[in-house]
Amino acid sequence: MTKSTSRLDKTFTLAKASGRKVFMPFITAGYPSLKDTAKLVAAMCRGGADIIELGVPFSDPLADGPVIQKASQAALINGTTLSKVLDLVSDMRHGSELGEVPVVLLLYYNTIYAYGPERFVADAVDCGVDGIVVPDLPYEESGELRALARSKGLAVIAIAAPTTSPERLKRILKDASGFVYYTSVTGVTGTRKALREQLSGEIVKVKHATTLPVLIGFGIANADQARQAAVISDGVIMGSSLINLVEKCAPSALQTELEEYIRAIKLSI
Amino acid sequence: MSFSHQLKNQLNKAGYFGKNGGRFVPETLMPALEELSAAYDHYSNQKEFWQELNYYLTEYSGRVTPLYLANRLSKQYSTKKYRVKAYLKREDLNHTGAHKINNALGQALLAKRMGKKRVIAETGAGQHGVATATVCALLGLECQIYMGAVDMERQELNVYRMRLLGAEVIPVTSGSRTLKDACNEAIRDWVTNVDDTYYIIGSVVGPHPYPLMVRDFQKVIGQETKIQIQEKEGRLPDFIVACVGGGSNAMGMFYPFIDELGVQLFGIEAAGEGLTSGRHAASISKGRKGVLHGSLSYLLQDDAGQIEEAHSISAGLDYPGVGPEHAWLKDIGRVNYQAITDGEALTAFHSLSRLEGIIPALESSHAVAFLDKMSPYFEQMEKPEILVVVNLSGRGDKDVITVRQEGASFDD
Repeated sequence: MTKSTSRLDKTFTLAKASGRKVFMPFITAGYPSLKDTAKLVAAMCRGGADIIELGVPFSDPLADGPVIQKASQAALINGTTLSKVLDLVSDMRHGSELGEVPVVLLLYYNTIYAYGPERFVADAVDCGVDGIVVPDLPYEESGELRALARSKGLAVIAIAAPTTSPERLKRILKDASGFVYYTSVTGVTGTRKALREQLSGEIVKVKHATTLPVLIGFGIANADQARQAAVISDGVIMGSSLINLVEKCAPSALQTELEEYIRAIKLSI
Repeated sequence: MSFSHQLKNQLNKAGYFGKNGGRFVPETLMPALEELSAAYDHYSNQKEFWQELNYYLTEYSGRVTPLYLANRLSKQYSTKKYRVKAYLKREDLNHTGAHKINNALGQALLAKRMGKKRVIAETGAGQHGVATATVCALLGLECQIYMGAVDMERQELNVYRMRLLGAEVIPVTSGSRTLKDACNEAIRDWVTNVDDTYYIIGSVVGPHPYPLMVRDFQKVIGQETKIQIQEKEGRLPDFIVACVGGGSNAMGMFYPFIDELGVQLFGIEAAGEGLTSGRHAASISKGRKGVLHGSLSYLLQDDAGQIEEAHSISAGLDYPGVGPEHAWLKDIGRVNYQAITDGEALTAFHSLSRLEGIIPALESSHAVAFLDKMSPYFEQMEKPEILVVVNLSGRGDKDVITVRQEGASFDD
């Protein structure tokens, strides 16, 4: 097994052995700036994040709600590109920020297509990226990328949704790697008032279709919802509420606040 | 083997035209697209479906639209060596003033059969929005239209028309606040309300099966043209010209002629302020392949794959992508794609108005303007009589305010 998959696998193995749930916080790379991103990642790691998810900004993020759209646009205006995000991950991997914490990139397919899929997979692995989530690349379109990624040990994270039927789940999770990203709502990213009642039944169905860990994302707003989601799954993903924090918090207090927020979520799950 | 035969084989189950097309959408929408494909396969094989559509196209929209010989226009291009006969396919005479109603009717009838109560759509110039609002009123469907805030300003009258027809117009303030952002917002709505909502895409773009389905609903344009020109001239035309934004009027016109290799097809993109100005909407002429709004095709984008803003005086052509079937027709060289600037389109807008008493939409004016550049092609024919069909996809009433604003610099 290659090094990058093993970082993700090790995280889940350790969590399972100690009966802990996994927390993957998300922030948009380059928001408010790439320099800040490194500091915020370090703060999230100190707070106890198990996996770091970094959003690569795209001009037309059609799976994202207003909060992440706004952060993406600001990051693009800052000149954030996929190349720069990869360099940043490499710096953080070699520096003090990340250590062995796995990094997953969330990016839209056109940024990969423009970069060149083969070159992207090679560079991502070289820079210490462990997995990718591509919200507009469903199973049927991802064959080439999955094959390239598999050969280099980069996990292409499968996404399952409330609309995915049991038969389809089996098909799309058959050769998935890393973990399964379950979108808790039909909709875009962004916080919701409450988790849907059907969620726990849906996770049971996903668990039937795969042995991989299942993380719940999209719509989780606070520690209470995180705890509820973690009870029925292997862990949770939160993004928009963190971006809200980054947006509202005074720059001087941001790193401490974010670290505390991550710690609070970790404790609750 | 004919191109058409190749074409039908080319569209595989995953919805690819050659290497273009596909379904690049969030997982949440995949089951909905499968459901839509299955429903379309089912109903498009039923005679009753097409009979009902034909009923509305005829009785409600006023089809068959005329193929009109524009005599005074033709004379401009005739020489001592050859006579040009320029025919206009009068899609502008449809109810609501453009070809858009052909597709809106087809998809709304499908939505109704699928049991969907709510319809959403995106619109740029407002023509597709008006057509969708119209058919929703006709069929008693709830209707919400996404429209960029910038477009709402420049097409104010169409916003009012949609509201008169009972639709809600939702301003889109994200991104460039034009058609591409209205598409993003409509897709976000669809992802959220996929259970009860039908998304009527207005052009031959988006994920499979939309490009195929919209083309099928628009191919009536080319089918009628083929019959009409045979009746009038006893032969097929030498040239067909149509404007291309997303490309639905062109695709509908071209499709029945694709295997008629004696007919040269020209798709005219918007060159805006010029192809080298950086302010244009010529995705095929100047773009690179990429993925936007669910399919792979030519796009205006920067080196990092960020989508660039399109520019055209015509809101309907102001889109940074193009339908995947056009990308394929470009790749195999079946259609010749060219571009016309804002200024050239305005000149054609004025000249058609004065020569023929027909005020064309600014979109269609791009196709009319290309006649000015066709003499080298006419020469090559070495024929005494040359037949050209221009698809007049819409009427220009909606553009009068824009044209008046530009008038000082272009009007003689």
